[in-house]
Amino acid sequence: MSLLCVSDLKTHFIFRDIDNQLREAKALNNISLSLDAGRILGIVGETGAGKSLTAQSICGLLRPPAKIVGGTVQFDGQDLLTLSPDELNEIRGADIAMVVQNPRSSLDPLTRIGDQLVRIHQTHSGGPISVSQRKALEMMVAVGIPDPEQRQKAWPHELSGGMAQRVLIAMALMNEPKLLIADEPTTGLDVTVQAQILDLLKELVLQFNMASMIITHDLGIVAHYCDEVAVMFAGEIIEQGSVRDVFLNAAHPYTQSLLASTPERLSLGSKPQIGGQPPDLFNLPTGCLSQDRCAFVTDICKTTPPFKTIADGHSARCHHAKPKKAKTQKKGSRSDG
Amino acid sequence: MADVILSAKNLVKRFPTGKANSFVNAVNGVDLEIKRGQVLGMVGESGSGKSTIGRTILRLTDPTSGQIHFDGKDITDLPSNKIRPLRKDMQMVFQDPWSALNPRMKIGDLIAEPLKIHYKMSRSECADRAEALAKRVSLSTDFLTRTPNALSGGQLQRVCIARAIATNPKLIILDEPTSSLDLSVRAGILELLQEIRDETQAGFLFISHDLGTIKLISDQIAVLYLGHIVEQLPKDKLFEDPSHPYSQALLSAHLPSDPNEKLNKLTLTGEIPSPIDLPSGCAFHTRCPVAVDDCQTSIPMSEKISNGHFASCSQIAHGNNIIQRADKI
Repeated sequence: MSLLCVSDLKTHFIFRDIDNQLREAKALNNISLSLDAGRILGIVGETGAGKSLTAQSICGLLRPPAKIVGGTVQFDGQDLLTLSPDELNEIRGADIAMVVQNPRSSLDPLTRIGDQLVRIHQTHSGGPISVSQRKALEMMVAVGIPDPEQRQKAWPHELSGGMAQRVLIAMALMNEPKLLIADEPTTGLDVTVQAQILDLLKELVLQFNMASMIITHDLGIVAHYCDEVAVMFAGEIIEQGSVRDVFLNAAHPYTQSLLASTPERLSLGSKPQIGGQPPDLFNLPTGCLSQDRCAFVTDICKTTPPFKTIADGHSARCHHAKPKKAKTQKKGSRSDG
Repeated sequence: MADVILSAKNLVKRFPTGKANSFVNAVNGVDLEIKRGQVLGMVGESGSGKSTIGRTILRLTDPTSGQIHFDGKDITDLPSNKIRPLRKDMQMVFQDPWSALNPRMKIGDLIAEPLKIHYKMSRSECADRAEALAKRVSLSTDFLTRTPNALSGGQLQRVCIARAIATNPKLIILDEPTSSLDLSVRAGILELLQEIRDETQAGFLFISHDLGTIKLISDQIAVLYLGHIVEQLPKDKLFEDPSHPYSQALLSAHLPSDPNEKLNKLTLTGEIPSPIDLPSGCAFHTRCPVAVDDCQTSIPMSEKISNGHFASCSQIAHGNNIIQRADKI
């Protein structure tokens, strides 16, 4: 059994609009994924595809009107969706840690960073303060903060973006989590700093044998730092598998057009194929959700497409997806350990 | 030269910090040339002065020193009432289309606004032109009577581009026009920009931090670091054989979407220094993997490497290609 196993997760926004009509936006539909220790899963998709909402649903960080209306989230043998808020609080920040996009706004501006690290350790692990302080220094070293003795007395506003992101990662690691969720961890950072942070994340995942989920819209990050990938569209996972399988043998037309839209492929003369808008979440079409944007649409697309297995561990939600013949599989495309 | 639409010489821009004798050195002696029908891509990290250069050459902020020639005229010290008639020939597209457009105006009026200001066109002429422009940027004419909140980010950026090309400008400055957009939308906008470049033969200055986008659209690329152009070279050269260590590091930090493509494992340590206290000598020496003692004191001059390829690094002559060195390690 995997460390994290999400099945058929549904999150909807349910509220009454200005005319007192009950409205329901189906933001996440039937999300199923699993993740093992020591693996990095990339979740990609465009704005509004439900990437961050998936992470928030797993961690129980939803606020009304968002509501989980179905499915299970099995983490380390228990269903997170059945836990009380207090029980969830014990897991969050300890076994499940999260690194978010904007590091500066995630730090308490009125507490020195060393104290913030100590605080999260005290909250979950307790014990003598001196142990927590030693742990804080250790973690600051682990994430590559130079001169940690001095820096632990720094205020958040004194840190650069890259340093603040390192502090946030250190904070996430304080209680040795089993699952680390990073939501756009490098979006606000410069490319040379992005490389430092991603190298660090990958190294720490191996060192602490964590499972990690990286949410991003940057296909380059997934291609080079993740083991597995799930492609999201309009609240559904439409293709998942190992990074090499999905990127080199994309089976879903949406994944193919997403890959074709990267600047590198465009400069090789490929034409962007995605047109139109993502479907209205209040009024999802029956059948395949990407039918309005798809070039290969036929009558069968009016019915809900099943997840078709393309290769071992690689599946796509499309009627027209065909299993790959064994010989076309690239050597070493399965890098399972 | 007739086909140079804009040239800047030794451009310097300093902002006062409020403390005595303390300045933010945003742009430190930049030379550049933009030719008709050519796209100059400008790439660099945040704080390297990309946007300040864009704003300064349009005289949206005044340069501290240096010269700016636009279409053969020296516009460095032109008073604002003399600049204003020139504005129709130089246009800008900003990063964030949501804040670039007045939320209370209709799309049709927004597109026609430059025409009203510069050509004093009548209402019906404006409406006709706006419709034609909307069609040109592949925007449904149904949107002309809507306000910006009805449009998506990609559509709004098309509106901004329509506004920019309304007066047939000779120079368009694009400040990160695609970085707030999704990948698929971005591809469409880049395609549109290339078409417009070919049709109008305007000169483009394309500012971006994304190497992939820069590669797609530029002819010539300037790499910026702390307000200096450290290297200027033809597009293909940057991806094959960059000379400056910073360009090499930037290139190796770029993540292509093909998992088979090998990465050069060259990661810089630290972050870009503060532009208030510039490092002495070569601005890059604090992070440079091949820096020698000399780099702390002497400022490197821009040297010609081949036709259209210049770099400022004292170590190039010694053949210190750090990517090749990293491969050997």
